[in-house]
Amino acid sequence: MIDKTCPSVEQAVADIPDGATVMIGGFGASGSPIELIHALIDHGATGLTVINNNTGNGEVGLAALIGNGQVRKMVCSFPRSSQSKVFPEMYRAGKVELELVPQGTLAERIRAAGAGIPAFYTPTTVGTVLEHGKETRTFDGRTYVMEPWLRADFALIKCEQADPLGNLTYNKTARNFSPIMCMAAATTIVQARQLVQRGAIDPEHVVTPGIFVERVVGVPDPVHEDTLIAAGRSYP
Amino acid sequence: MTTGWTREQMAARCAMDIPDGAYVNLGIGIPELVAQYVPGGREFIYHTENGLLGMGPPPDEADRDLDLMNAGKKYVTAVPGAAYFHHADSFSMIRGGHLDVCVLGTMQVACNGDLANWSTGEDGAIPAVGGAMDLVQGVKQIFVLTQHTTKAGEPKLVERCTYPLTGRGVVSRIYTDLAVVDITPDGFRLVEPAPGVSYDEIESKTGAPLLPQAAPAG
Repeated sequence: MIDKTCPSVEQAVADIPDGATVMIGGFGASGSPIELIHALIDHGATGLTVINNNTGNGEVGLAALIGNGQVRKMVCSFPRSSQSKVFPEMYRAGKVELELVPQGTLAERIRAAGAGIPAFYTPTTVGTVLEHGKETRTFDGRTYVMEPWLRADFALIKCEQADPLGNLTYNKTARNFSPIMCMAAATTIVQARQLVQRGAIDPEHVVTPGIFVERVVGVPDPVHEDTLIAAGRSYP
Repeated sequence: MTTGWTREQMAARCAMDIPDGAYVNLGIGIPELVAQYVPGGREFIYHTENGLLGMGPPPDEADRDLDLMNAGKKYVTAVPGAAYFHHADSFSMIRGGHLDVCVLGTMQVACNGDLANWSTGEDGAIPAVGGAMDLVQGVKQIFVLTQHTTKAGEPKLVERCTYPLTGRGVVSRIYTDLAVVDITPDGFRLVEPAPGVSYDEIESKTGAPLLPQAAPAG
């Protein structure tokens, strides 16, 4: 019987090497797999390229991973927020690189990678500074820019329910980038609030089919980034 | 001393131009107020980029769900009939032309419809674009809701944007504290002044020629 469950977050991230490209699900605080990120901090892999919509908040989760000097480059659409200070400081100090990608292009580049489409054309960024250096082409009289797929070695994902096959459901807007990141990464590692038996998730309600998932680890009472920040916490 | 429209009145005036049944994306800031002024008898369905169609008003603190946010990372609710979806589907709704109206704030808007609302382009600024460039390319109508001038009194309605563009020729109509202004092939045209505000005042605070109101039809 196939069983993708993994006993701990530590074991789940143990083979992420230095220099890996890692997608991390979540949009701001919602959907951020805090326990997996903290396990990656403990694991200590460096020189990472991290793909996430943002750059974390406070001094926990993604912001802590960046602050710990493990991230060489961020790929994101919105690298600042009212509570982000780690990334802006390190970016200004030249300690971390930034690839700025419009949010819809970021999503589609990830989806395309998961779908085996090496590039696509989009109208987004036409006529702006972010168009610079990109190949353009005209379809039906309108100009589009070519965007390449965005693949990753690993994805770190938070979900609501997971079964041993890796079938997943999510909770509300915590879904965001996670389903497409599961598709785009070679090894997708999921923390699930509930591990359920095979067959417990109605096939009509599966959001991410298990074929896109390699490892599932139960985190029954996940912490939320906003709660940690409100409590003044930092990691490690 | 001019009064013009308050932020709430600007939002209410903008809401008047959104048709019943429209799928609407509201930008962060003044545009969020539009949701409070839906004209009687109409229903708008609100889309938020992070994967919710059918966004409702903010919850009471006791009822808030940490997994239910809008694109501005504020806690929201979901109305009966709402749907959740992932980011690629969300931007398929945007880029694929399925949304009817997007209301955005701005730094500058030019008389040819160019919009600049994501970066000042200053050295040391952290560039952050979010979904703005996708929204302006994909949503059928882009409305801009903004003060007519900056806090320093500089026009925000200009001949050509000096800040980095979000998109070229994308804006159709502008709602300010002083007026409703259309983008036309001939440039800015006054649609409606705020009560008590003269054409001359609006024109003097606009950084490009302003065509007067068209004569009423018939």
